[in-house]
Amino acid sequence: MFKDFFQKKKYAVVPMGANASPDKAASEAEERPKREIPEGLMNRCSKCGNIQFTKELEKNLKVCSTCGHHFRLNAWERIAMTVDEGTFQEIDANLVSEDPLEFPGYKKKLQQQTDNSGLKDAIVTGIGEIGGFSAVIGVMSFDFFSGSMGSVVGEKIARAIELAGEKKLPLLLFSTSGGARMQESILSLMQMAKTSAALAKFQDEGGLFISVFTDPTMGGVSASFASLGDYNLAEPGALIGFAGRIVIEQTIRQKLPDNFQTAEFNLKHGQLDKVVHRKDMKSILTKLLDMHAPEKGVRADVR
Amino acid sequence: MLPRKGCERMSVELPFENPLDELRKKINHLRQVGLDQRIDFTDELARLEERYKELEEEIYSNLSPANIMHLARVHQRPTTLDYINLVFTDFIELHGDRVFADDLAIVGGLAKLNGVPVTVVGHQRGKDTKDNIQRFFGSPHPEGFRKALRFMQQANKFGRPIVTFIDTKGAYPGDTAEARNQSEAIARNLYEMALFKVPVICVVIGEGGSGGALALGVGNRVLMLENAIYSVISPNGAASILWKDASKADQAAEAMKITAKDLKEFGVIEEIIPEPKGGAHRDPAVQAESIKGALWRHLQELSAMTGEQLVEDRYRKFRAIGTFAELTPAMSETP
Repeated sequence: MFKDFFQKKKYAVVPMGANASPDKAASEAEERPKREIPEGLMNRCSKCGNIQFTKELEKNLKVCSTCGHHFRLNAWERIAMTVDEGTFQEIDANLVSEDPLEFPGYKKKLQQQTDNSGLKDAIVTGIGEIGGFSAVIGVMSFDFFSGSMGSVVGEKIARAIELAGEKKLPLLLFSTSGGARMQESILSLMQMAKTSAALAKFQDEGGLFISVFTDPTMGGVSASFASLGDYNLAEPGALIGFAGRIVIEQTIRQKLPDNFQTAEFNLKHGQLDKVVHRKDMKSILTKLLDMHAPEKGVRADVR
Repeated sequence: MLPRKGCERMSVELPFENPLDELRKKINHLRQVGLDQRIDFTDELARLEERYKELEEEIYSNLSPANIMHLARVHQRPTTLDYINLVFTDFIELHGDRVFADDLAIVGGLAKLNGVPVTVVGHQRGKDTKDNIQRFFGSPHPEGFRKALRFMQQANKFGRPIVTFIDTKGAYPGDTAEARNQSEAIARNLYEMALFKVPVICVVIGEGGSGGALALGVGNRVLMLENAIYSVISPNGAASILWKDASKADQAAEAMKITAKDLKEFGVIEEIIPEPKGGAHRDPAVQAESIKGALWRHLQELSAMTGEQLVEDRYRKFRAIGTFAELTPAMSETP
């Protein structure tokens, strides 16, 4: 009895602490703008710590001018950098996730992701031109649900592949993903089979698929469509792999080297055709598209 | 039904069976007392046996997803090799990916199903610790998936139907597996399986975990044993990612809809193969018979199709999986 009483009293202390903290948090928040870099004006590189003007960084395609670290891009930033201006037409913009498993917290989290990213799901697909060459283009966005693949991502990719097949256009997919979306369990796993089967059909009929891995591309996305490019490219430093570092370290009971599962590591192990700096990406893609254009060589003058 | 051997060990793996074990112990005790003291407990024993049957019915007809997960993982559960030997005849085991190694987490070869030559391939868990270490607990490296692919491509070339058995916690999460491109090995199987012009029938016999399971799972028909599970990540893995607590696996098992019944509703599998009461390990021979029956039935149906029809059938099946909503433009204002 006494024990219970004391324990309760102990708990009663906690709200007092919590009551006290909002004031503290508020005062901290007031101070924060003074001490830290003004929001949006400058950026700190997560790799080397270098601080640079956001405008400079953007001019540099969001690549750190000091260490060359490629900052993550959201889907629309990448489209703006890669696709010829004014040519991108989005398709299937209105597909949204449902909650087929009634998974605890999923609906709420989906709403949060939309609020934060302005996207309806983790990929934007459409038709556009790159260096004057038409292509079906899909760009994943890590800022929506860590780029995870659920039914919507799978469906949009499958539709993009089928569209490329119908229109006899090349297909480009820029991947970034934490893997399959657990909240859709088996349905998200099956998107791996769905996208790969669609690619098999498309590529078997002669379709060109260029896959670009960006940071990070892991799990079910890496182990399905992203690895099936006729050409597999990656941005420097991108994390690419199937199992996560922590799981592997637990399994083998060893610390992994820092460069493990980076684009450079994978290139060395024969898993990629090329690691391409962001400033060169568009010209490499243009060259590849040119060399596969129906009338070969006609547009060889493109940069 | 087999006699319940090794009760203590089983009760650790299958805690929901504890009440049955308790009652069985009491029955045995009473019977012994009757024999020792020469007292006639016939009526009491009959009543207790009656109660035992009721209790059994109660427990096994109300298995929770977590209970089913434990049944799918019970160490006596028959493995791929058990079923290969019971379902098929003339099995010739083949080895290796011809490039790097012979991954023992995958077994396969040629065999006959009711006299018809087929290629059979599956994940192989170990029977004991030593065997498990050799077989990486049934978790393949890239060479395992490439070994399976080699067998399946051979089947496709010679027009043999393919039967796969799925039973893995997932692809092996190791540094060497990554260095040899685990992702590509899985992806390649998904790609190639989609194009096979022969019937492909997959059976989830135990645990179907993640891409490592799916890499043998692109079939015209996917069947599942009643107490098998199939999910995007093991419930333990999901619990540790979602709630930072792997011990909440039971909770994750409920949330993730991993049972055969759930998957049938989602249209992911075509058929649930019933298990003997208490699970496949209670009577592997009976289980093998029902697997054989189901395989034969589906094979007959699929054999009527041309190669192109089989490819199309498989494509349509996987193309249709997924749940999403398509808003009309009026419903969605682009931000």
